[in-house]
This record gives sequence, structure tokens and C-alpha cells, in this order.
Amino acid sequence: MTAPLPTPDAPSPDRPRRPRRTFGSLLLELLGSMNLAITLLVVVAVASVVGTVLKQNEPYTNYVIKFGPFWFEVFRLLGLDDVYGAPWFLAILAFLLASTSVCIYRNAPGMLREMGHFRTEVQLKSLRAFHNRAQWALPGGERERVLATLLAALRAQGYRTRVVEQADHTLVAAMKGAVNRLGYLFTHLAVVVICLGALFDGNLFLKLKEWSGDVRLETRDLPARDYGPASRLVPGATPSFRGSVMLPEGSVANFVFVRLRDGAFVQELPFAVELKAFRVEHYATGQPKNFESDVLIHDRQHLAEPMAATIRVNHPLVYRGYAIYQSDFGDGGSLLKLKAWPLAGQRAEPPALEGRVGEKLALQTPQGPRTLEIDDFRLFNILPVPESEQGDTPEKKVRNFGPSFTFRLRDAAGQALEYQNFMAPMRLGGRDYFLTGVRGSPAEDFRYLHIPADAALSPARFLRFVNLLQQSQRRDALLDERSAAGAEPVPAEIREVRRRLVALFAEGGVDAVIGRARSVVPAERLEEATRLYLDILRSSLGELYLAVLAEEGVKVDQGIGPTEERFFNDALNALAVLPAYGAPFYLQLTGFEQVQASGLQITKSSGQNVVYFGFALLIAGVFLMFYSSHRRLWSRVAPTPDGLLDVLVAGTGNRHQGEFEREFDTLRAGLARHFGPASGPHDH
Amino acid sequence: MAVTREQLVEDFERPSLLRRLSWFDGAWALLLVLGSGYAYRLYHPYMDAYEVAIQAAATLALIAWGWYWKPVRGLTLAVAALSLFALWRYGGSLATAQTDFFLKYLLASQQAFMWMSALYVFATLAYTLMMFTGSAFVGRTATALTWSATAMGLAGLMVRWRESYLMGTDIGHIPVSNLYEVFILFAVITALLYLYHEGRAATRTMGTFVLLVISASVGFLLWYTFDREAYHIQPLVPALQSYWMKIHVPANFIGYGAFAFAAMLGVAAILAQPRPLAPERRRVVLPLAAAGFVVAGALLAAGLSAGDAGFGATLDAWAMLPATVALLFVVAACQGRLAAQLPAPALIDDMMYKAIALGFAAFTVATILGALWAAEAWGGYWSWDPKETWALIVWLNYAGWLHLRLTKGLRGTPMAWWAVIGLFVTAFAFLGVNMFLSGLHSYGTL
Repeated sequence: MTAPLPTPDAPSPDRPRRPRRTFGSLLLELLGSMNLAITLLVVVAVASVVGTVLKQNEPYTNYVIKFGPFWFEVFRLLGLDDVYGAPWFLAILAFLLASTSVCIYRNAPGMLREMGHFRTEVQLKSLRAFHNRAQWALPGGERERVLATLLAALRAQGYRTRVVEQADHTLVAAMKGAVNRLGYLFTHLAVVVICLGALFDGNLFLKLKEWSGDVRLETRDLPARDYGPASRLVPGATPSFRGSVMLPEGSVANFVFVRLRDGAFVQELPFAVELKAFRVEHYATGQPKNFESDVLIHDRQHLAEPMAATIRVNHPLVYRGYAIYQSDFGDGGSLLKLKAWPLAGQRAEPPALEGRVGEKLALQTPQGPRTLEIDDFRLFNILPVPESEQGDTPEKKVRNFGPSFTFRLRDAAGQALEYQNFMAPMRLGGRDYFLTGVRGSPAEDFRYLHIPADAALSPARFLRFVNLLQQSQRRDALLDERSAAGAEPVPAEIREVRRRLVALFAEGGVDAVIGRARSVVPAERLEEATRLYLDILRSSLGELYLAVLAEEGVKVDQGIGPTEERFFNDALNALAVLPAYGAPFYLQLTGFEQVQASGLQITKSSGQNVVYFGFALLIAGVFLMFYSSHRRLWSRVAPTPDGLLDVLVAGTGNRHQGEFEREFDTLRAGLARHFGPASGPHDH
Repeated sequence: MAVTREQLVEDFERPSLLRRLSWFDGAWALLLVLGSGYAYRLYHPYMDAYEVAIQAAATLALIAWGWYWKPVRGLTLAVAALSLFALWRYGGSLATAQTDFFLKYLLASQQAFMWMSALYVFATLAYTLMMFTGSAFVGRTATALTWSATAMGLAGLMVRWRESYLMGTDIGHIPVSNLYEVFILFAVITALLYLYHEGRAATRTMGTFVLLVISASVGFLLWYTFDREAYHIQPLVPALQSYWMKIHVPANFIGYGAFAFAAMLGVAAILAQPRPLAPERRRVVLPLAAAGFVVAGALLAAGLSAGDAGFGATLDAWAMLPATVALLFVVAACQGRLAAQLPAPALIDDMMYKAIALGFAAFTVATILGALWAAEAWGGYWSWDPKETWALIVWLNYAGWLHLRLTKGLRGTPMAWWAVIGLFVTAFAFLGVNMFLSGLHSYGTL
């Protein structure tokens, strides 16, 4: 056995050279090599980047929309939609795991030996090669005192010592901080433990079951009860799972959906969860402050009475090893009472409708059959106040704009527009409007139609105005009647123009009027003619508006007040864009019975405790590795031929050379007080 | 000659901890315990058991820290005095900040941060001046400025903590909840790490480099303050309402701070190399640097003259990329140019190792704390969320560095460069994830 090198920095495993090397030993050599380990660390890091750049585990359609069908196919083949579950990524991790394991297998025995090994066989020339050393030549008769002093000095500094008598000298071998070696062991073991524990918590077992044909992924959008037995997982089918379920208030579930790729499994639970109530609290500023669910756990086998608990974000309920989290919320099928104000056709009276969120209603409209799909209902809409009303304060003002609901209106061809309607009028610039937004796809923002509210804070006046515009006969009769009622008789051709313009406007909005002007008037007179058209249109609509007011019982003989005038302007603005609204009616929300739903995530994690043990090992290991140092000191006391005593003290540490040097200097200085000045390197 | 055991002990044994402490150490610790106890009496209705435990542990840790590194005692006293003074001026109303002279110009958290920013920038200038003049007085001034900036930053954080409660007891929270607040934490922690090593190595020459990265973060903070108005105290979203935030975030920022410190030491180590870059390499590097600056300038000019303000701002932001790469080439070209001004590379190297070791240890703890928190908040200790994944990437990166350093004993320019590049990996985990990626961890957006 040779003496240690002056800098035993590296774990130096015993690697005796064998004459013939088998494939196994070569493989072990490769896996245990430091170069491979460092390469793997970097490769895992780079591979991990991929999954952060590309959104993971999105519905397949999202990828198709974003990247097109070709690239989606490429991504799917490479598993880029689920990088961290992709075979190639798991293979790299497996390599890292193998490399770390081999490293431990090869180095741990040596490390553990090193911890208890005093290295008493050290050679003189090795000691002389140490950077930190001190030497004395003392009178020959003082051997006992010198040894006692050395031992006391080393022990005082916290070293364990071992004295060995050799033929020609006495060696005091000393060391401390051997736990540093555990740092290596703990950190590397931790990596293995964490990876193995995590293996149980990933969805590898589920994929294996699917691959072996045990279970089949359900890719249709079905309620849980319609899942076939092949797509159901009984409790314990896999060691771990992470599933979720949206539970309406008052309902019970004994399952969760476990999503995988573009489908899901139903994971059955050995108990049932009932949602009693769900609550959202808000800060004064409008941001959500708390989401919580009152639940009852039903478990006849283990509970005499159902167990009541409240689950909040950051405060999950752990029941029989299953953790239940508050993770989402939504509508659980609120009942909405609606009034459908016709925007097209002859019908005047708005029919009343009722529907629940999630339901689809088949409707007959003047524009053909439509399916009304009620998607969502929101009790609160806490939104920033529009710029115009923000004022000077630096704090952004928010306001609760009250309940709203969203729905889609699908025509016979399957094309749908999405709408968002607010229940209460919204005050903007001192006036009140009913806002209803429309968009073609979820990727767009809603474009809002501002329906002016009348004196009774109802959309009725505007909608009656619209209705009048749609009833061509009544409209034309009214226009003629008004023309005749004026002081001067209106020529017939002007009356015709008025009727035509109003008809155009009723059909196609202001764009139709301008379009018409463009098609019949030469370009040089276009601006003038358009202005004239719009003036006539405005005055004609004004006549109709007066009729609406009169019908309402507003006195209009003396002209109209500023409120009615502003309403007229707002109504014209809304009418101008009405054709783009695309719906044959305006759905007014007149009442609701809210039913909330709470999104619960339920998980079982068999590997968690193993992983946590790994975490503890890792932290302990890291601190031992960096903040302890395995230090060794040797004192060699040898009689010389000329009757003196040669005392050599030398040592090293595997970390913190600077600190060791300072410690050695203290030792040297202390010994010097007993032995006199030392010879040896003094670098500082 | 008989030697008594007592004599030997006196000669070799370090005196026990208690014997090494001065009366001031004791008085300071007592004051800390009393202060902590008083705070507990006032505020325990707002704390859960975990938070009480965290407070107790933090008090003990602070005492241990102050006994180990003495200047901490003075710092805590200064921060406590400033914070308590501000709290006293505030009384019970946030509106006092508009009228009270001391709050309006000095100690309202916003003002304290402005002072911190200015002082760090001055400190950077002072360190640079010192490096080139060698004036010890300027050096002492630089150190004093850095200490003052740090005190102001910490006091500002304390005051902000109180301000959040003045806004409403349900809004109050420790100011480590968004990007704005943690940027201050980052500057302060990096500065403290530097100051510790400055004292130990008894050299101020690294100050320029480290304060440069702090100044850069101050620059970002100012932009974030004035352009994005990010300084408003916002109530906590439900996911952040947890005692874990008090330990996870600071632990993370010890990591980030240490890695940033190490990266700037890396730059110093490159400039302190005994040999300059080989001329043939320099002939490659310098034109590349120039090209980088030209591209950056062109992007900046295009951004400034762009009709669409949003697009212009994007172009200007992208100009940072070639500018940064160009700066790295300049550092490469300047290898060894400051060998005369800087200490031996071995000393810088050792400091760099210690910084990365500390950063790695803190980052390990922080990531594990984050995982434990995630298991309570998100339903699992690991979800491959972009922030989590980038934490892993940072961890793997420095694990690689430490393997090379500890097992192969590699030192010198390659390791220094790796530490510098590490800053970009770290910065992406810290900032880039919030800017470019979305996920569960989107608490600070730009």
C-alpha cells in the first residue's frame, strides 16, 4: 500500500488493474466515470429546458392550432408535449441514476474505510511533501515529554489520535472531520433515493398498465358514470395518482379524473367527498383572498359519522393517505332566468327563457334554428375601472360590475359566436349601459355592444326602438305620418328616400348606408352626399325615437330633454354596430339561482416519504460536504544517529485549505512555545 | 520540565465560545431576544405556530450570525433604529407618509429604496475610483457606502412590512412576495456576501465587480419602479398565504445572491489572470465584441425610431442580448489586464468556490423547501413547472461546476468562465421564467 498523495481531494477508489477486462467491468468503468457524470448533469439540464419553452400537457388541439398538424405530429412523436414523461428523457434520467449508483458502489466502501482509517503506514517522504509541515530537532531524552505534548496539542484541537510504535520511530496519526466523507455518500445516495421515490409518484406505472393493455384511455368527453370498466382504475391500481374533479355544491363524488395526453381515466376512491359549500372571499381591492370548500367525507368502513372538513388553498385535507386540495372553482349549474329581446323579425314581446349553466337549449329564431349553450355564470366581475374614470390617485381603482354569464349561439351549420352579458347596467361617463360582448373564438377579445339603459335602468326602451326599426310597415307608416304632421308637407321623393335609408340602416347598419352612397353617387360628390344621407337618416330615426318615447308616455310635444337626447345619441351608436352583433336577440339576465362548483385535486403519493428522506439526506450531505473538512495530521518522532530527536508534524485537509493552514499555524506556534522555533515552510 | 495539562490547554485549545464573546455580544443578543419577545407579544395573534417557530429560529440564527461575523451586530442595530423610528413616525396611518418629513424624504419604504439605490451606485463609483487610484480613504468610503445602502435596503423592507399591515391587517405580509420586493432582497444579500468576503480577505478590489451587478439590479429596480409602477403593495393571492414563503424565498435569494457574487468574482478572476489572452484569439474576440455592440446599437436605434411604441420597446429590450454578449467578449479580450490591481487569482478562485458552495447549499435547501410547499399548495412536490424546472437546471449547472472543482481540482479561466455563464442561467431562472414562460409560479410579471 502506498502513502496518500498530498492532496487527497478526490475520492480515490482502489482500482487494481486486471489483466483481462470483461464487458461488465468496462461498462462499470464507463458508467462510473466522472466525465460521463458531468456530461449527464449538463444533458439533463439542457433537456429540461425543452419542456419549459414548450407548454406541457396542453390539450392536443392547442398544439395543432399553434404549430399546425405537421409539427404537432413531430412533437407528438418526440413526446415534446410531455417531455418529462417521454421515453428519451426518462432514459437520460436512468443513465444519470445508473452513473450515480455505480459511483456510489465503487467509492462508498473506500470512503467508509477512509473515515475510520488513521493511515498509520504513512511514509516519511510523503510527510515531507506536505505543504503544511513543521520540524524540530530536540534533545534525545525528551521523547516522553514530546509525545505527551504532541498528543495533548492534537487532542486540544479536536483530533482523534492513534500512536504506532515502529522499528525506527513513533508515529502519532490524527484526524478529525471524517464525517465530511459522509457528505459525498449522503448527497449521491440522496439523488438515487429521490429519483427512485419520484418514480413511484410519476405516471410511469399508469403508462405501463396502458401499454400492457390493462387499461384503456378514454378520449371522449364523457361524464364519469359513462366510463367503461377498462378506463377505470380501482384504488391501489397504481401506487400514486394526481386527479381532479369539479364538484357542484350538494353533490358527491367517489372518483377523480386522471388526465393523460388527450384523454382521461376515472380513478375510483375508497371514500366519497361531498361538497357542502364553496366560498370565495375578496380583498377590498377586488383580488381573491380565499377559496374554500366545506366538504363531508363519507366512508362507511372507517367512519361512523361523515367527517366534516374545510379545505383551503395551502391547507389540504389528508385522509387515509389521500390528499385533497382546493385547486379550482367554477359554476356548478346555476339556474338563469333570461329574457330574449328580439333584434330581428317582427315579434315585439320578449319571450322568457330558463336554463342551467352547462345546458343546451334549441331555439327557433327569425334567422333560423339556433342552439343556445350556456357556458358560465359569474357572480362577481371585479374589474379595473375604465381609464376615463380612474382619476388621479396612483392606486388602480377596481369595481364589482356584478353578475355576468357567457353563452354560445350555434347555428345549424355548427358555427358559433360567443357572448358575455352583464346583468346590471355599467356606469360609464355618467351614463348607464348594458354591456354585451361578442367574439368569434376564445383567442379574441370580446367586442362590447353598449346598450343604453333607460330611465328605469332597463334596456327596454332601446330594444323597443330596435323592434320598431325591424317592423317595416309600422316604421314606414310612422315616418309618413310624421312627415305629414310637419308644418310644411314633405315631397314624396324625400319621403321615399327616408324610408329607403331607414330600411337600409335597419338591415345593415351605418355601413350599409355609406355603401349605398358609394354605389350611386359619383366620387366627387360622395362626401357631401354621405353627409346629406346621414342627416336625413338621423332626423328620420329621430322621428321614430319620438314615437318610442311617446309610446312610453314621455311628453315629447315641447321637444325632448338632454337625457333623452343623450340616450338617442347612444342608441344611434349602438344601432350603427348592431349588424355585427350577429345574434337574433339580446339575452337579458333577469334572475338567477347560483350553484357553485369547487375543483378539488385529489392525490395519492406513495413515494413522497421516500423522496422526503432523500431531501433530508441531500441537505445533510451538502452541508457536511462543504462545511466540514476531513483533516489529517501526523507527528513522527524518530531518534537520529547523532542522539537527537527528529520531530516532524505535517498534515492536510480535503476542504478549506486556508482554514487548515491557519489551524496548522496555531498548532505550530503552540508547539514552538514548548519545542522552540520550528523549521519548515513559512509562507505567510 | 513538567508540563501541566492546563498549560497545554491554554497553548493549543481555542477558548470556548462563551469566553470568546464580549459583553457587547451578550448585550446585543439579549436585546435581540427581548425585541423578538416584544414583537411576539404584539403580533402573535397574526401568526400561526409555524410562523412563531420561524421567528424564534430566525432570532437564534441572527444571534449566531452576529457572533460569527461581528459587523452584523452594528447592522442590525442600525436597521432596527431606522425601522423603529419610521414606525414611530407612521403611527397608525399610512397617510402620514405624505406629510411627515422623515418619511417623505427618507424612510417610507419607497424612499428608503431610492436611498439604497443611490448609495449602491455611489459605492460602485467609489470602488472603481479606488481600484485605479489605490486610495485607502476612497476604499473605506466605498465600504461605508455599501454598508449604508444595505442598511437602508433592509430598513426599507422592514418599513414596507409594516406599511402592508397599515393598508389592512388582511393585506399585511412579509415583503418577499413579488419581483419588486425580491429585487431589493437580492441586492442586499449580494452586498452582504461581498462585505463578508471583503472583511475576511482584507481586499476591496473586488468591490467594483460585485457592486456592478448590484447596480445593474438597481437599474432594473428603477425601471420597474418608474416604468411599470411595480412598487404598489399588493395583497397576497391565496397560493402565497403560507409560512413557507418566509423561508423559501429568502433561502432562494441567498442562492441567487451567491451565484451572482460568484459570477462577478469570475469576471475579476479572468481579469486577474497572470497571462493576457493569446494575440491570435484576441484578433477574433475584439471584432466579435465590436460587432455585438454595432448590432445592439442598431437594434436600439431601430427601437427608438420605430413608429409602434410597443414594438420599439421590444427591439430595445432585445438590444440587451448582443450588448451582453459583446460585453462578455470584452471581458475575454481584457483577460489579465487588471493583474496588477487585483489580488492573486488563487484568492479570487477560493472565494468563488466558497460563494458557489454557499449558493449551492442555500439553493438546495430553497428548492427542497419549495418542493415541500408545492406538496401543500399544488398537490405534489414536483410538477415540472417552468420555475421548478429552471431551479433544477441551475442546480445541475452548479453541481457540474462543483464536481469539476472538487474531484478534478480544476481552476483558472475555464472555471471562472463557467461561473460567469452560470449567472445567465441563474438570471433566466430568476427573471427569464417570469418574462417569457408561464406557469404556476407567475407571481412577478414584467
